[in-house]
Amino acid sequence: MAFRARHLLGIEHLAPDEIVTVLDLAERYVALNRRTVKRTEALAGLTQINMFFENSTRTQSSFELAGKRLGADVMNMSMQTSSVKKGETLIDTALTLNAMHPDLLVVRHASSGAVDLLAQKVNCAVINAGDGKHEHPTQALLDALTIRRSKGRITGLTVAICGDVAHSRVARSNMLLLGKMGNRVRLIGPPTLVPSAFGDMGAEIHDDMASGLKGADVVMMLRLQKERMDGGFIPSEREYFHRYGLDADKLSHAEPDAIVMHPGPMNRGVEIDGTIADDITRSVIQEQVEMGVAVRMAVMDLLAQNLRAERGRAAVDGTYA
Amino acid sequence: MTLFFENARLIDPATGTETPGNLLVRDGLIAATGITEAPEGAEVIDCAGRCLAPGIVDIGVKIGEPGERHKESFRSAGRAAAAGGVTTVVARPDTLPAIDTPELLEFTTKRAAEAAVRILHMAALTKGRQGREMTEIGFLQDAGAVAFTDADAVATDARVLSRAYTYARARGALVIGHPQDPGLSHGAAVTAGKFAALRGLPGVSPMAERMGLERDLALVEMTGVRYHADQITSAASLPALERAKAAGLKVTAGVSVHHLTLNEIDVGEYRTFFKLTPPLRAESDRMAAVQAVADGLIDVICSMHTPADEESKRLPYEQAAAGAVGLETLLPAALRLVHAGALSLAQLFRALSLNPARLLGLPQGRLEEGAPADLVLFDPDAPFVLDRFALQSKSKNTPFDGARMQGKVLATFVAGVQVYTSNNQ
Repeated sequence: MAFRARHLLGIEHLAPDEIVTVLDLAERYVALNRRTVKRTEALAGLTQINMFFENSTRTQSSFELAGKRLGADVMNMSMQTSSVKKGETLIDTALTLNAMHPDLLVVRHASSGAVDLLAQKVNCAVINAGDGKHEHPTQALLDALTIRRSKGRITGLTVAICGDVAHSRVARSNMLLLGKMGNRVRLIGPPTLVPSAFGDMGAEIHDDMASGLKGADVVMMLRLQKERMDGGFIPSEREYFHRYGLDADKLSHAEPDAIVMHPGPMNRGVEIDGTIADDITRSVIQEQVEMGVAVRMAVMDLLAQNLRAERGRAAVDGTYA
Repeated sequence: MTLFFENARLIDPATGTETPGNLLVRDGLIAATGITEAPEGAEVIDCAGRCLAPGIVDIGVKIGEPGERHKESFRSAGRAAAAGGVTTVVARPDTLPAIDTPELLEFTTKRAAEAAVRILHMAALTKGRQGREMTEIGFLQDAGAVAFTDADAVATDARVLSRAYTYARARGALVIGHPQDPGLSHGAAVTAGKFAALRGLPGVSPMAERMGLERDLALVEMTGVRYHADQITSAASLPALERAKAAGLKVTAGVSVHHLTLNEIDVGEYRTFFKLTPPLRAESDRMAAVQAVADGLIDVICSMHTPADEESKRLPYEQAAAGAVGLETLLPAALRLVHAGALSLAQLFRALSLNPARLLGLPQGRLEEGAPADLVLFDPDAPFVLDRFALQSKSKNTPFDGARMQGKVLATFVAGVQVYTSNNQ
């Protein structure tokens, strides 16, 4: 098995064969999830704690469901109402949780790098469920699975990532994954929302949808992250929709069989026209949600296998108490 | 009290020379450099061919008094300075509260008597470093303030600054600016660019430094004040500095040793000990700054010593405190530039000792008859691995933890009195 990671902190640390391993295993979980009885015992006896320092409904429920279907004991901690409010630092919170011996820690935090920091202080497997504007690796993996199922491959494609790249951890993780797997990545958006530095890292940058979408196999829309913006990055939402919102006219520049993706939640009428989002011949947005559960099951299964192997070795060496 | 340093490599930044020789110290002053025999009764110190240079004058050291003594006290800063070959510490006024009244300055002056090295004080340029009203510049000078600065609090109101600069000029005071456009740099944790984009951290363009500098230089031209830019760290700022100097403005500039020896990539996986103000720059900026020091365009190398406790650093990068301790690592880190062939030892001590002394009108920084015997004896080649817990500073926030360094301070003297000796001399 080719999956060596101890934590899943970002796509940056994954090798292409590890990505393929996750996707292949996730396929099996897609099949399982479509059955009436959806439960396996891969994580039986293990404890999974979801720590969400930032609000999330879909990601948290996706992780919760993934853990439960694998037989783990799952606990959700809503960090907005907890001791964080009383001034406890991130590290102290992590150490407190660590003392409860969780096996998998799923963490979302508003600050870039916060999950890396936390992973240094605990001895369970840590999964980054989104840190600030840095990475959201399971989103990129579920997007890759969705693309692979729809296009039959996850290499040699032209993928356009459109909109608020600057504030998007989804864009960063996707850019890294798609690049590692040998795809052409285009970033489209107003220059205030697309850091030119990404151009030096292999992505093509466009500030015009028509030229950017030309020949694209995959059109990935991003949510305008109004909550992460301080000050004006765009003149107005209506001007943004006019120039960068995905509608039938702009989509016509892409390949005729191009698929449309969105990590959700959508701002209909801001970055995407409702009719495109609901067009089941183009939009794979609902499938992305389905793939999300399967990919998270695969990631947790693989991390748990590595964790068990590590503890097994430690028990033999006498270093694991 | 007479000391005779024999068999030394004398580093004299004033003459730009590096010569084998001896040095005689009498009553705290350098008495002679040319003599070959120790006078009767003199204590002889065999330097064994090691380097003897004028002690470092470090402009812009943060000491936690008043307000944050748990981070650094005058006593601990004094020990750290002595261990680093820094014989004159010029303390920053960005304390809690800011040093903006003569009464506060009298307090810190009294407290500073605990330090093993010379301590000089700067005072705030505006009350509370708020950029609204100038401080009592005259009274503060009378109380001993050697320069006026709001440190990293950049005034947004140019009218306030123009008045403060005008008043300071009339008093012959030196003002120290932090060139940075406050709007553009607001909330930034790293320098904008590839690294910032990849890490998802808020970045500031190095252009913010040039904008801040250009504004300050226009105010200098307008008021005629003596101005020192605390840190020039980017290539984009250098032409502006060069023009101002060529135009005859009374302008000088410094740079921290961190910006000369590290770059933005060193932040790596969100290592907060590398979070500085201004943030570490691209390698091309670092190289431009090193060249500017070699050319004399940047006059001063400082440590920008900023103690921070573990709690304030053990946070996500954006929230973590900025700044690094540097008194003890200033010389070994700066010697990297000498080992890399970018500077000679004499050039290095011009930036570490002579230029800052000149800037403040001090007699230090020279190896000549009559100058104070503030000296550092060091071995520029001795290798060691830095252990942050071995530092004398109360705070251990150094980016050089675990780094391989080359160059050790063997002994430090202030007014001819030994204030530090390394154990394995």
